Amino acid sequence: MDIFIQVVYFVAAILFILGLKKMSSPVTATGGIVWAGIGMVAASLVAFFEPHVFDSTSNVVLIVLAIAVGSGIAYVTAKRVQMTDMPQMIAIYNGMGGGAAAAIAAVELVKMAGDATGTDTGHHLSATAQILAVIGALIGAVSFSGSAIAFAKLQGIMKKTIRLPMHMAINMILFALTLVAGAIIGFGDDVSIQLVLVFFVMALVFGVLFTTPIGGADMPVVISLFNAFTGLAVAFEGFVLGNAAMIIAGTVVGSAGTLLTQLMAKAMNRPISNILFASFGSDGGAAAEEDIEGSMKEIQGTDAAIMMAFAEKVIIVPGYGMAVAQAQHKVSELTKLLEARGVKVMFAIHPVAGRMPGHMNVLLAEAGIDYDKILDLDEVNPEFPMADVALVIGANDVVNPVARSNPDSPIYGMPILDADMAKNCIVIKRGKGSGFSGIENHLFYADNTRMLYGDGQKAVGELITGIKEL
Amino acid sequence: MIEISGFTALYIFMLSAFTGYEVISRVPVILHTPMMSGSNFIHGIVLVGAIVVMGSAQSGLEQVIGFIAVALAAGNAVGGYVATVRMLEMFNPKDKKGEA
Repeated sequence: MDIFIQVVYFVAAILFILGLKKMSSPVTATGGIVWAGIGMVAASLVAFFEPHVFDSTSNVVLIVLAIAVGSGIAYVTAKRVQMTDMPQMIAIYNGMGGGAAAAIAAVELVKMAGDATGTDTGHHLSATAQILAVIGALIGAVSFSGSAIAFAKLQGIMKKTIRLPMHMAINMILFALTLVAGAIIGFGDDVSIQLVLVFFVMALVFGVLFTTPIGGADMPVVISLFNAFTGLAVAFEGFVLGNAAMIIAGTVVGSAGTLLTQLMAKAMNRPISNILFASFGSDGGAAAEEDIEGSMKEIQGTDAAIMMAFAEKVIIVPGYGMAVAQAQHKVSELTKLLEARGVKVMFAIHPVAGRMPGHMNVLLAEAGIDYDKILDLDEVNPEFPMADVALVIGANDVVNPVARSNPDSPIYGMPILDADMAKNCIVIKRGKGSGFSGIENHLFYADNTRMLYGDGQKAVGELITGIKEL
Repeated sequence: MIEISGFTALYIFMLSAFTGYEVISRVPVILHTPMMSGSNFIHGIVLVGAIVVMGSAQSGLEQVIGFIAVALAAGNAVGGYVATVRMLEMFNPKDKKGEA
């Protein structure tokens, strides 16, 4: 039986890697997730036949019950959630994985404590396994509570970035204390239940404090980082349990997630450390505000519609505002209307537009826009000077020319979409305030920019009506 | 359970890390979100570990924590799978025409 179990784990590991590989192309992607899914189901089923699992019938009943509860809730929420809310759902599912890895470590540590006092028998981890269990527990617990905060922020439950006085110092001290407690548990001969409890509480609180000061605009990077964290935690617990499939799958995700995090940070031209440890927009924004020339000029929907209908080339720049307003279907309708009039329409996607990499691409795909019309930063920037109209829908920092011109600005050096180079620029925006980062956007004050105020869905609706009436 | 010594684990770790890096470095930007969601699903393998740990739970405390582990892991796996499939379906050209 043991050989059979190991063979299934081995095949599952292969299916995970091949599935991930297939997911890297739009044509084979759906097949890829199915392969990985088959591997997952097979591995979970044979896990029941591991030694000792069937020793206790009540445990088996509890396992089945727990799977039913966990997967039931996850299935319903994942089916119902709007596409625009997907990033926070990925954050919460990822956090659950981290929590599970931490809980596995907790059980192992509790077993060890039981072994020491004689209430439990037959559990002794090797010295390496004991240390890795603790490290995995720390990473998993941070990923769990941190992802919960990321969820709360993106869901709008937690609106403010909370910063305690001396936040950085508190974090450092808390982290150091957690490491000390972890080291005592990891290197000790016997384990005290009380200390394990203190360790987990500190790790969870650290995850919360680590995430609260990071602004919503930086959440893609944070979610990606926690994804990598959970992968690592799973790999470490895989070593503790002697399960190679967990080590392989966890490590693959850990390294892939790390690379993805780097790609995103690079797109923002900010080192990861800066995103995680420096709070954005709390200073520097004020200094940039002073030398703005011109004023914001408003435009009505009908006038903007005429401008676009008689253009030769229109570039649409979607941002988080489009996601919030659920405007992607209206945008698709607008695109079809413009194309019917012979206007060339393309989409410019900034790598960090929205709250996840590729967030905008998913929404536009949902609305049925062909992906060959969707261009990324390097492809689309040379097109802006030749475009008659750049339509910015709920994007802000990614089109702020300050990133090119003002070395004092916190976003200086970040590659941006050159929407200001288009002959005309129409910006759809809910209100007059500055964006998520709190930095004033000089594009809004430029001579060739007109502001169309309103919720993304309503404003694009006005454009559609305007064009239809022509 | 197979015996994995420290160094064997280190080799597995090293090779898997390179594999993950190589696999994802060729992913086009448009698939970054589904990809993140897909890799999120794959670490749902933690469910296997949770089942094994829960199966050998002896005290009530172990059972409680084990139950939490299994429920969370199942949520990770199922939620990750459904979310990924939903996203990837949108990239399927045939479905897309039908919906639009």
